[in-house]
Order: sequence, then structure tokens, then C-alpha cells
Amino acid sequence: MKLELESVVKTYGTQRALDSLDLTIEDTMCLALIGPSGGGKSTTLRLLAGLESPTSGTIRIDGNEIAHEYWQLREYRQRVGVVFQAYNLFPHFDAITNIALPLEKVHGYSRGKSLEKAGMLLDQFQLTNHRFKKPAELSGGQSQRVAIARAIAPDPDIVFLDEPTSALDPEMTAEVLEAIETLIESKKKLLIATHQMGFAKHAADTVAIIAEGKLVEVGNSSQVIDYPRTARAQKFLKAYLKF
Amino acid sequence: MSRWVSFGCAILLLSLFLHASFSALEYQWNWESALRYKKKFADGWIATLWISALSLFFAFLIGSLATLCNRARFLPVRYLSMIYVELTRGTPLLVQIFFFFYVVADAAGIQNRYVVGIAIMAIFSGAYISEILRAGIEGVGESQLLSARAIGFTEYQTFRYVILPQALRSSLPALAGQTANLIKDSSLLSVIAISEFTLNAQEVNAITYSSFESFFPLAFGYLILTLPIMRLSRSIENRLRFET
Repeated sequence: MKLELESVVKTYGTQRALDSLDLTIEDTMCLALIGPSGGGKSTTLRLLAGLESPTSGTIRIDGNEIAHEYWQLREYRQRVGVVFQAYNLFPHFDAITNIALPLEKVHGYSRGKSLEKAGMLLDQFQLTNHRFKKPAELSGGQSQRVAIARAIAPDPDIVFLDEPTSALDPEMTAEVLEAIETLIESKKKLLIATHQMGFAKHAADTVAIIAEGKLVEVGNSSQVIDYPRTARAQKFLKAYLKF
Repeated sequence: MSRWVSFGCAILLLSLFLHASFSALEYQWNWESALRYKKKFADGWIATLWISALSLFFAFLIGSLATLCNRARFLPVRYLSMIYVELTRGTPLLVQIFFFFYVVADAAGIQNRYVVGIAIMAIFSGAYISEILRAGIEGVGESQLLSARAIGFTEYQTFRYVILPQALRSSLPALAGQTANLIKDSSLLSVIAISEFTLNAQEVNAITYSSFESFFPLAFGYLILTLPIMRLSRSIENRLRFET
């Protein structure tokens, strides 16, 4: 996919989350956004996912500008999947309904077909025994895998993952990263905001470092992470290597 | 077992206190004359039951409508709903009863006082129910709305599948409490001569020259209705706590 962000500004009240961000990536299958917390990577991801609109600037994916108008935006959201840091499953539905309901209500599947597909995805992520559990009965790793299944169920063009492992312990993080790797293997286009440098380096083909609302550096993932050129990127990555 | 003993002790202490109070008063109990009017108590109790049931039904309709209006895009509708809720919650029920009975109902030409009584209780409780529902809706987290947006739900679908079920569940204990309140508050309808439980008890008082011989059955009659509701509310609360 091709991504183009031109002088994108996003403000929340008086706070400037993105301060005229420019980012162009010609072709990527899996892009990792890294950088300090509060630096703007989650905001970038939300704008690209069509969950929020920029204050100013333009965003194009594969040459098409993301609309601002409600119905077009909703149509765009139906074609992408999003996974959140805090899973954001619906607490009053069991795992299988969390996945099946959007298929039925948004994507026009019959109830039987939607449940069938949801069941298949739960099997694929080793959640067969948890299909009728509510989110409160699932571990963090299980919840996040259900959330990933929900995001990919309608076969979206792109899947956006916003710090999918930041709330998890190392074991559960591994569980979830493995699930994400299966998506990469199946040639799904991914965009992931993460603090997992090792994962970003080996799973993503492209890495962009965003800090203080601006692009710091972008390029081939191992090159950017192992040999950062800018002082800001070096400072950020050094902090990771130190501990 | 020890729970029942403790409970018994509490009841015993309370009874002793009551007994001491009435002894100090040298109260002359006269249960026989009051109990001769059993049927009057029963009729009143049944009237309170159906008046409360009907009022509750309409209170939910009005309350839900007010909550929807409170979210309306057209501002006058929103303010109307806000004023209704604040005025109703901020003024005594007694004043509302007199106002609706002698002014509004009279002007509208409604003759049946039961219709007026049920309407008053429904309007009064509706304001509280609206406030409870509003709080429940606002309590649904921002992350849930974000998730609904990401999935591509329409605004209606978001309300129907995400907001409403969660808001109702979190509101259930408060709604049960409001139901108990409605039943007790309906006793004030006695002032416009609606022959419900309280008015019947007062009439027994007047006929038999007794007082607590009819007030105690009155209190007991309300407890039979409110205690199960409050227990239900407690158990719902406990169940919801385990789920989250």
C-alpha cells in the first residue's frame, strides 16, 4: 500500500498532537509506527483508520484521499479493521458474538454464516474453548486475539493495530504477536503502532519514527532501528537498548 | 445459623425499643376494631398495587422519551426535556399533585381522578427514570464508542447494540430503587381522595378512633411490595459486580 500524509495537523483543545506531519511511503505490506508515548503515533494511526479527521492537511491511501463526510467515512471504516490497546470488546457479548455481530449487522452476512465465520476464526486463534465466554472471563491475551479476529473477520483491506500488546505481560504479548505474525504470513496489509522494537524490526518491512507530532525518520525496518541517522531517533532507540 | 441468630437479635432489640416507646406513651391498643376493616385494607392495598404498576409503565415511557429528547439535535426539544427533569425533581410531589389535579386536569376536562393520579405519578417518576437512564448512557465508556465506530456501526446500531444494553444493565439497581420509591410516593395521592392504601388506612383511623392499629398494617403492606424489589436490586448489583 502507498501512504501519503501532507502537512497533517491534529489538535485536541490546545494540545497539538500532530504538528504538520509529512510522511510518504511508496510501498509497504507491514508498517510499524514507533516513538515515545504521546508523540503522535496513535493519533497518526487513528487518522489513517478513519476514526478521526485531521484538523488540517491531507491523507491519501493508495492515491485515494480519506473522506471527511460521515457516510463516506463510515464506508471506509467498513473496509478496514482496527485493534485497540485495551481490546475494546463489547463486555455484554460473548467472544463469538463480538466477532459475528458486525459481520451480520454491517457486512450483510446471514446469522448462520456470520457465526460460522466467527467460529472458524476462533479456531484459527486457538480460542475454540472460549467462544461462549464474556470478555471479563478472558485473559488479556485471549481478549486481544478475539479483538484481532473481530478486526479481520470481514476481510478488510488494511488492519490497524494500536499498541496491541502494551497492556499485556510477556507471555501474553508473545501469544498476540504470534497471532499478528499469522496475519503477515497470510499477506494481510498491516499498520501497527508498537513499543516492541524487536517485533517491529523482524515483522515490519518499514518503520516510521514519530515524536513530538512530527516524522523523525522513515525507512527499511532493520536499517532504521539498527542504524538510525537522526539524533532524535538515536536518542529514542538508545533508551530502549539501555535497559 | 449464626446469621439467623444475629438477625433475630436485631429484631428483638428493635421490638424492645418499640415496646418501651409505646409503654411510655401508655398507648391503648385496640386491634379488634381496626381488624374489623380487613377488607378495606385489602382493597386499598390492591388499588395501590395497580396504580403503581400502571404509573411505572407510563413512567418508563415518559422517562425514556425524555432521555431521547435530552440527546436531540434540535435544541428547544433538549431544553424542554432538561426543564421537565429539573422542575419535577426539584419541587415537592405534593405541590405537583395539587397543581395537576386542580389546574391542569381541570383545564383539560379530565374527570377521572385515577387517570389524573396515575398521570401525576408517571410524570413525577419519569423525571427520575430519565435521569437514571441518562447517567447510564453517559457511563458507557468512550472506548466502546470508538470500537463501534471502528466496526462501522451506524449511530442507530451503536445505540441499539452497544450503548443501550450496557446502560440498562448499569441502571438496573437504581431503576429498582426508583420503583420502590414510586410505590411509597403513591401514598400522597390520598390527598386528592384517590382510594388507595393510605387513604383507606386513614379512613379506618377516623372510623375506629385508632391510629397505629392502622398505620402499622399500612407500613407492613408497603414493605411487602418494596422489600422484594430492594432485594432484587441488591442481587442485580452483586451479579453485575462479578461480571466486570
